[in-house]
Amino acid sequence: MSVNNSPESIIDISALSFSRGTRQIFRHVDMKIPRGKITAIMGPSGTGKTTLLKLIGGQLRPDGGHIEIDGLDVHGISRQQLFTLRERMGMLFQSGALFTDMSVYENVAFPIKVHTKLPDDMVRDIVLLKLQAVGLRGARDLMPSELSGGMARRVALARAIALDPDIVMYDEPFTGQDPIAKGVLVKLIRQINEALGHTSIIVSHDIQETMSIADNIFLLSDGEVIASGSPQELLSNQTEQVKQFMQGLPDGPVPFHFSDDDVLEDLYFTEER
Amino acid sequence: MLNQFALLGRSVLDRLAGIGRSGGVVWQSLVAKPAPFVMFPLLLKQIYFIGVLSLVIIIVSGLFIGMVLGLQGYTILVDYGSEQAVGQMVALSLVRELAPVVTALLFAGRAGSALTAEIGLMKATEQLSSLEMIGVDPLRRIVAPRLWAGFISMPILAIIFAMVGIWGGALVSVEWLGIFEGSFWSNMQNSVSFTGDVLNGVIKAVVFGIVVTWIAVFQGYDCVPTSEGISQATTRTVVYSSLAVLALDFILTALMFGDL
Ligand SMILES: Nc1ncnc2c1ncn2[C@@H]1O[C@H](COP(=O)(O)OP(=O)(O)OP(=O)(O)O)[C@@H](O)[C@H]1O
Ligand SMILES: [Mg+2]
Repeated sequence: MSVNNSPESIIDISALSFSRGTRQIFRHVDMKIPRGKITAIMGPSGTGKTTLLKLIGGQLRPDGGHIEIDGLDVHGISRQQLFTLRERMGMLFQSGALFTDMSVYENVAFPIKVHTKLPDDMVRDIVLLKLQAVGLRGARDLMPSELSGGMARRVALARAIALDPDIVMYDEPFTGQDPIAKGVLVKLIRQINEALGHTSIIVSHDIQETMSIADNIFLLSDGEVIASGSPQELLSNQTEQVKQFMQGLPDGPVPFHFSDDDVLEDLYFTEER
Repeated sequence: MLNQFALLGRSVLDRLAGIGRSGGVVWQSLVAKPAPFVMFPLLLKQIYFIGVLSLVIIIVSGLFIGMVLGLQGYTILVDYGSEQAVGQMVALSLVRELAPVVTALLFAGRAGSALTAEIGLMKATEQLSSLEMIGVDPLRRIVAPRLWAGFISMPILAIIFAMVGIWGGALVSVEWLGIFEGSFWSNMQNSVSFTGDVLNGVIKAVVFGIVVTWIAVFQGYDCVPTSEGISQATTRTVVYSSLAVLALDFILTALMFGDL
């Protein structure tokens, strides 16, 4: 199992620990996210992938360890510096999180208007291009409440890349998309990455799509990185846990169930006790 | 027994922590570098939602309360043959007490609850998080304009309430009960002092406006981001701000009119 061998990492996570209440979500996790590459973060539902993105974005504070972006400690800088740093990041939220009081057009235009002084017609061109890229130029005047789930997520994606950020984090970009849209999004993410040299972090359960674009994969389970490397390396990984996840088998060392008491016991014996 | 003490201590600590956090929220949002071009349109929009849309309920309530005051004042004063003083009674009760207090209570129910629910829902749907990730501070973008709009709207609403109320009182006592119009107004003018009554009433309204808006905005910002969390936060806004307004009213009245 090879750790990523790119010397240039843009995000450097060291000894990261984080817990929610009594549940420890990360235990001394180390990760290096290479610059200009597409890195995928995979793992069973509930392992803390979304949590990891929020830690990187500085929205949650770790219990221990550091996250450095380009040498800046995300949790050590001032609030003002953190907001400046975030201008260089784009994040697609798992829920989309569009601003419900703005139309599709205004949602995508929002980051551009806040952070640049571009004239209106230029903003308009950028917004329409981004909407075109996700296939929703025709939906620009709709309100978020008038969109389907998949459409809303694509608008959110257009908003996340509106400012051409250095680091784009996609939380489940393919969920809820039809096969055509999936294909388009895969191409779009790769294109953004290649054309502009941005770093992308993708959280996804879609093994095929992720395998086809990721340069590098981290597999998380139970608070630890259980495997990392290129897609080929992960596919040929012979560890039981990794094989189970990559092939989608229900039984194996990776727990599918949230907590582990025996289901029969729970069903039949609790009442009598 | 020990357990109960521990629980009590815990809840006191939680309350204190809450007050501390809410102070932090207000501090962070108001001590921002002013950005007038961004702030002003947002502020106007919030003044519209918080202030202008509250006008109807304020005007209707003010009118009825003024009319009731005129009627009650007349029936009480007529026994002593001093029904000419009804104008003075209506104006003093409105300006000193009823306008600031009732406006604040209505404001908490009409605008405060809406503020809490709106901000809470933005939190629950991750709109606040996504603002943060776009590099925009939600305290400045969302919270600050709402706080200022509340601070500005509430005293103006209270003044409108008092004016409409006095007019309602005049309507009942002059038009209906037939008190001589000249003595109604001149009695009022002679007894209501600007610094003693009007200014103190406005000060009350300003204080209530700050407290109610602060509570409403903080409850939304700090709520548990679920449906139950939002509904509980909305209830807390109305309950806490009503209690705070009534308690503060007593304290302010004692300070202003109590000759302490
Ligand atoms: N606000 C919260 N309060 C308490 N626990 C939380 C909260 N949010 C998430 N958790 C817990 O943290 C763990 C990780 O959650 P997270 O959302 O990061 O999972 P995930 O890996 O993104 O899962 P999925 O693939 O289903 O999106 C979960 O077990 C969840 O129970
Ligand atoms: Mg998730």
